[in-house]
Amino acid sequence: MILAVVALYIALVLGIGLFSHKLFRKTGEDYFVATRSIGSFVLFMSLFGTHMTAFSILGASGESYHVGIGVFALLASSSALLVPAVFLFVGTKLWALGKKHGYLTQIQYFRERWNSDGLGLLLFVVLNLLLVPYLLIGLMGGGITLTQITKGAIPEWVGGLAVIAVISIYVLYGGMRGTAWVNTFQTIVFMVCSGLAFFVISSNMGGFETAMKRVADANPDLIIFGNNIQPLQLLTYTLIPLSVGMFPHLFNHWLTARRAKAFQQTIIFYPLAIAIVWVPSVLLGIMGTLNFPGLQGAAANSILIRMIELHANKVLAGILAAGVISSVMNSLDSQSLAIGSMFTQDIVRHYGFHDNMSESKQVFYGRLFVLLILLATYVLSLFSGRSIFRLGIWSFTGFAALFPVVIAALYWKRSTKYGAFASVISVIVLWIYFFFQAGESEAYTIGGSGIMPVAVLFVVSALCMILFSLVTKAPEPFVVEKFFPSVSQRPLEVL
Amino acid sequence: MRYILYLALFGLYLLHNDVWLWEDACLIYGFPSGLLYHIAYCVVASVLMLLLVKFAWPSHLEVEADPSK
Repeated sequence: MILAVVALYIALVLGIGLFSHKLFRKTGEDYFVATRSIGSFVLFMSLFGTHMTAFSILGASGESYHVGIGVFALLASSSALLVPAVFLFVGTKLWALGKKHGYLTQIQYFRERWNSDGLGLLLFVVLNLLLVPYLLIGLMGGGITLTQITKGAIPEWVGGLAVIAVISIYVLYGGMRGTAWVNTFQTIVFMVCSGLAFFVISSNMGGFETAMKRVADANPDLIIFGNNIQPLQLLTYTLIPLSVGMFPHLFNHWLTARRAKAFQQTIIFYPLAIAIVWVPSVLLGIMGTLNFPGLQGAAANSILIRMIELHANKVLAGILAAGVISSVMNSLDSQSLAIGSMFTQDIVRHYGFHDNMSESKQVFYGRLFVLLILLATYVLSLFSGRSIFRLGIWSFTGFAALFPVVIAALYWKRSTKYGAFASVISVIVLWIYFFFQAGESEAYTIGGSGIMPVAVLFVVSALCMILFSLVTKAPEPFVVEKFFPSVSQRPLEVL
Repeated sequence: MRYILYLALFGLYLLHNDVWLWEDACLIYGFPSGLLYHIAYCVVASVLMLLLVKFAWPSHLEVEADPSK
């Protein structure tokens, strides 16, 4: 019965994705950014759904099972403030530049902003490598969910394969429009399911207050920050949400907006949407310690599914499992489309066709790369054993540390390509260093101080950008003029 | 107004570090006080975003984005 409900849900997802194909205009711009035609509501839902992944549903509940309420403060509430702020100060500006100059990827922008093919190539490699762990957590989440709800009848490798197959169909066929529509549907499903799961499970445990009193008696450490989190950890974790400023898949979604004002709804309601999704995840993870004590490490990633299975009837369990799967697919589709877009536009079109590539070829290569990326991710997921939360954090650390690059590009005329090179290289070196320092440690902070590696990476990256820009030759005036038109040259309506 | 809101944004960022509730094990309607604080924080962040959109919106972008200009 559970599988039948999940299958029905997947059929609906495919139906929406395939229906969106009716509006397909057979151009590269339509395939990759839906001809910049997405309105407020779909933009909000697709941005939010893309940002919230298996990380926020399975990872948050798994981590709060071990660490307690502090997980919400570490990532949810800081994201509630910083993510919409990034959309306001970075997203809207990049949307305007993307529309004006016809960009389809962020590499195109950075390459022209600093007039450097080399920088574009370096960023291409770094952004794609950082996306790998992010893709993995989605696939692992899909596999875990299907295995758990079928009590092991579907092994994780088959679950992951099923998720890949579904995503491939609607992304290849529907492109960005199909992805945005499916994301909207999936976001509604997982937001409703989040609340529903919380209500059903807590009622079944004798009511929310009773369940939490039992948690307070059995595991008092989980309802305080206590020793599970250090004050410096809370402070430095707040840099992680800045990663949204450099996510290639969010950049692509920004470009889909019909107008700048389409961002307004997203910016206002984002903090509330984050609370709606994360509060149930965190609380159910904590309450899970009552029913399933003693889970070690990554085994806690499945706590939410275990709770649903234990407390909900089969139909409801199927609906709730569909909600979890929707959060998983929501990001995976946009990420694979973003990588496909970068391979097509920044490598094949730029180097192979010298930017003169027919629309049909752009669509063909886009689809080909999406498929290859999904298959490669699937193979990698078979060998990955890290916790979903930790994998996500390492990916976000790299993206957040690159945030000074986009800020300098948008707001600092004097920044140079050498500053950008130095900034990116410092991130690569320090990321590798701290990744191996941390090893398999689940709670690594620098020297045990509570300082997250992202703080060091971020500060060094910003300093490199400033210092190397100041000691190198100022950018050519024509480049500056292109991206920072002088007041006298601005359109009259602006003045 | 714009700069007051930017200041409020920074102030709210600092208020995220609620060290004063670190060891508070009090439950309010079942919600741990530390968690309730951060839920309220999300609501306040949403209100601040509403004010930023209303009073600090970059309205010039709409025109600047036009490829023909």
